[in-house]
Amino acid sequence: MIRVRRSAVIDAPIERVWQVLRDFNGHGAWHPIVAESQIENGEPSDQVGCVRNFTLHDGNHIREQLLALSDRDHVSTYCILDGTLPMRNYVATVQLKRVTDGERTFWHWESTFDAPRGREREFADLVGKGVYEGGFEGLRTFLRRGTRERGRAGASDAAIATQGIVASAFGGPEVLRFEPRDAPSPGLGEVRIRQAAVGVNFIDVYVRKGLYRMIEPPAPIGMEAAGEVIDVGEGVAHLLPGDRVAYACLPPGAYVGVRTMPAAQVVVLPEDVGEETAAALMLKGMTAEYLLHRTHRVRAGEVVLVHAAAGGVGLLLCQWAKALGAKVIGTVSSEEKARLARANGCDAPIVTREYRFAAAVREASGGRGADVIYDGLGREALEDNLEALAPCGHWVSYGQASGPHDPIDPARLSAKSATLSRPALFHYTAERAALEEIARRTFEALARGTIRIEIRHRYPLAAAAEAHRELEARRTMGPVVLLP
Amino acid sequence: MIKVYTSSVIDAPADAVWAQVRDFNGLAKWTPFVAESRIEQGLPADRVGCVRNFRLKDGGVIREQLLMLSDFDYQCSYSILESPMGVENYVATLKLTPVTDGGRTFAEWWAEFDCASERERELAQRIGQGVFQAAFDSLKSLLRR
Repeated sequence: MIRVRRSAVIDAPIERVWQVLRDFNGHGAWHPIVAESQIENGEPSDQVGCVRNFTLHDGNHIREQLLALSDRDHVSTYCILDGTLPMRNYVATVQLKRVTDGERTFWHWESTFDAPRGREREFADLVGKGVYEGGFEGLRTFLRRGTRERGRAGASDAAIATQGIVASAFGGPEVLRFEPRDAPSPGLGEVRIRQAAVGVNFIDVYVRKGLYRMIEPPAPIGMEAAGEVIDVGEGVAHLLPGDRVAYACLPPGAYVGVRTMPAAQVVVLPEDVGEETAAALMLKGMTAEYLLHRTHRVRAGEVVLVHAAAGGVGLLLCQWAKALGAKVIGTVSSEEKARLARANGCDAPIVTREYRFAAAVREASGGRGADVIYDGLGREALEDNLEALAPCGHWVSYGQASGPHDPIDPARLSAKSATLSRPALFHYTAERAALEEIARRTFEALARGTIRIEIRHRYPLAAAAEAHRELEARRTMGPVVLLP
Repeated sequence: MIKVYTSSVIDAPADAVWAQVRDFNGLAKWTPFVAESRIEQGLPADRVGCVRNFRLKDGGVIREQLLMLSDFDYQCSYSILESPMGVENYVATLKLTPVTDGGRTFAEWWAEFDCASERERELAQRIGQGVFQAAFDSLKSLLRR
């Protein structure tokens, strides 16, 4: 019995290398000695038990069976069934391990087999040099070539020309300009994304006005988008060219066609979630997730007050709070919005344009008031919010559409043993593990039908100013999306 | 129980690297953070079960027991008996594998242990980077060709 072992270090993240090696029929693309290959009986090439039937350039022909495959341990084991080479009982294992120092991959390839007596050296070299060492070089070449080719339209070291929306100064929608931009080649920890859809959020308005000091004009705005990865910079292991991805994060700059940005907060989309849906869902959906489960844990039977109940976040809060068994009261600015809110889980929509809702909330809750208030309104609604809150209630101020709050005297809270929270999504999603959990739970809620995305307002990216005008004038219902 | 895993590639043949790391009493030589070390009760450093008692350059004292040593697999495991780090049930393994392509060494070092949940991130960083990766970097310098 001969044992052959070879190992190498590949300068690519383990996910990239494994993606290639786990495909039992993929070797024709990267191994220089393989001429043609196919899987018998039309089975998938990652099906344990499948058989690859292939020819080598030297005319030899081999059939090999996949015996084991582990995506967790990055192991693939296979054996030769028959072929024109006089090797018997050939069993081989490919094992990858992550090199954490530099995001590289350690590849260990070994086999045991019998060869004709007197020809052991010949076959040990054929396998060790021709197959294994040849394979290492072949894969390196393939990955280098592949990284350049796979970008479809234009992965390269050069910047990609695109267009985007820039706030030329702080102010109203008129400060937004549509201009040529560049998306540079991604550097360390960065990704370059061809964006298919951009989400519009009220925070974009706060940033544009300078209320949240997050940009220094002239600078692009926007926190949320979805698209396809063109290429990634060094040190990015969780994304590959071609991945469908989305994000809801700082820094502002999502209102563009192609964007180069830090990869840390970018997540891969489930297969069944489209890019437009993702752009409408990520920021608002993850906001609803943390508001309902983390800032306050909504329990069945609680009275929940959702302001702007027909807005992007508002509709999701109504749907999800209802599913959690809460009694949902909402405020909206028109009858049409009231109908929409009611159709989406709001038990008692209150129409008010003047921030007067406390009496109606007390009435709808049998005098008790709201156990939790999800408040995106801000300043103008403060008095009625304090009035509408139940004793020991939780007032969650997550937005300020009507203006920022003045300092609030704690005595006003102690009058009801009230809790006031002023959360921001970005603190909850700062760590990758937390981001992945919140995103996963949001996608799951979408898949279950607990939350639903219906996009009624689409604008070309160039018309972002119009989208902002409509949003601020309260003429929109549900999510607003820009299309680059 | 959390697991910390660090791996690196050392530009030296695996037997040269193993010669350094198999010396359970050799930390002062191939890591940057140990000042001095001794094996308790005068036992040989490759006796499974022996205890190394070493002082860190920042003053802390640690006692660790050798649980396994394999010259065949280029692997050793040890547990922490006492340390100032606030970890419990700490067991670590250091393993070397030859990289035939280039005559280099793939080095892995991992540890599993319990600690207060709010300290997990800090300890993972301290051990994974501050101990394991720092030691690998020091080993690279020591064995530079």
